[in-house]
Amino acid sequence: MFRLLQIELFKIFKRPRTYISFGAIAAMILIIQLGLKFDGKSYLQLLMSGISDSFIIPYDMILNGYLVAFVILNTLLIQVPLLIALVAGDVVAGEANMGTLRLLVTKPVSRTELMLAKFGASVVYTVLLLIWMAILALFLSMLFFGTNDMLIARNDVMEQISKNDILWRYVAAFGYAAVALSTVAALAFLLSVFADNSIGPIVSTISIVVVLTILSEMKIPLYDNTVKPYLFTSHMLAWKGFFYSKVDNEGEAIRGSIENLPAILRSLGILFSYIILFVTVAIISFRKKDILS
Amino acid sequence: MGNKKFYLLAFLNCLCLISFAQDANSLLQKIRDRLNKVNDYEATGVMKTNVSFLKVPEAQVQVFFKKPDKLKIKNEHGISLVPKGAVSFSLNNLLKGNYTVLDAGTEMMGSVKLRVIKLLPVDDNADIVLSTFYIDEAKLLVMKAKTTTRESGTYEVEMSYGKYAAEALPDKVVFTFNTKDYKLPKGITFDYDDGTKKKTETHGESSKGKVEIDYSSYILNKGLPDSVFK
Repeated sequence: MFRLLQIELFKIFKRPRTYISFGAIAAMILIIQLGLKFDGKSYLQLLMSGISDSFIIPYDMILNGYLVAFVILNTLLIQVPLLIALVAGDVVAGEANMGTLRLLVTKPVSRTELMLAKFGASVVYTVLLLIWMAILALFLSMLFFGTNDMLIARNDVMEQISKNDILWRYVAAFGYAAVALSTVAALAFLLSVFADNSIGPIVSTISIVVVLTILSEMKIPLYDNTVKPYLFTSHMLAWKGFFYSKVDNEGEAIRGSIENLPAILRSLGILFSYIILFVTVAIISFRKKDILS
Repeated sequence: MGNKKFYLLAFLNCLCLISFAQDANSLLQKIRDRLNKVNDYEATGVMKTNVSFLKVPEAQVQVFFKKPDKLKIKNEHGISLVPKGAVSFSLNNLLKGNYTVLDAGTEMMGSVKLRVIKLLPVDDNADIVLSTFYIDEAKLLVMKAKTTTRESGTYEVEMSYGKYAAEALPDKVVFTFNTKDYKLPKGITFDYDDGTKKKTETHGESSKGKVEIDYSSYILNKGLPDSVFK
């Protein structure tokens, strides 16, 4: 099984298109960092406009590496699913297109093992992309902007997290993001089984993610109470929950606390359920599939 | 005869008011003299913020003061959001300038009887419209002050004294101020909706913010450079 995984990873990282994602992420992160380095105050003024009338805002202290990393993740974790689809949508359909799939299934391994290895390779690619993102978005920002307490602007409240209470939240958030993006990888992987070239599954995955994200973000009560809680895109943003703290009776944020851990775990459970569903359907479909290409 | 009685009563009334006003003036002067003994200080303390739309952990702060009205609150270990009024709302600041003093009688705060004195600025264009001081006459300490401004509503500060009462420096200050409703501009971020009901903004109590500083120590009259306040 491990050998199969190695082979699949070799195939993924042999293709130049795999590195497009790493290059695109590096470019986007550097653009955001440069923008904030030279005109971060304007961005912060907009962000803090709700409280700047009542409070003295130390903009230079607020613009630090932790906040910059949060801004980057906030922006990129919406775009990254597209980069995941680029590879995960290709793992089966790409081989069908090249005509190597028929050859592959003649090997003395079960189709289930083959599919698990292919999905495993997609997950490894996803995790590596996230590690790359963490290095650039978090550690490079800490180097460029320094560290301090982090202020997060939510829709109705502003959170402040002490600087010695932040790193573990990032570790948890990246871990959660790995599961969220693996869900997208699982969807692209499933669609990849039904296509003979990779364009179809890649575009379909992107379309589904975009449509469902819009549906998740629309504040329409009809969808809020019916469809929205079950869409995987509604739960992809739960990584932010790790940055929301509980408050004590006097309204003070409690260090090391998470505002609503059960909700995050529920979201995590829903994402895992989707991954299992997508991968199971993909395996069953592939096992029954007549491979003619 | 009736007229004579009326004039006599009116005269006595005026005399009484003037004497009260003089009392109030001399009381304020005594407090001002006491405050003037402190040229500068550097204090350390813990700041707690209680504002409906802010989730802020308590912070170790340093408070710097220099005569006549320089005040700075610094958090050496992180960020502290300081209400704008808190810096300009020092007693020294409120007691400077020209104003008309009105004696407003007495009021009880717990079991302590406090003298209430109102200050009306002479300058029509001053930002402060009215300041009210609640003074413990026996100890010559301002226990509470309330100020109404044109721009920022009403501020209130309550002080309790201990180790540094002789210098009229409080051990604890509770600063209450008006806050505007907070709302993040739309389209800035996608918030995570965890399904919990968000508290609805109510006007009145929830539009008041509170900052509390518990002072642990003061270093007095050591000479602070102006650069501290930049």
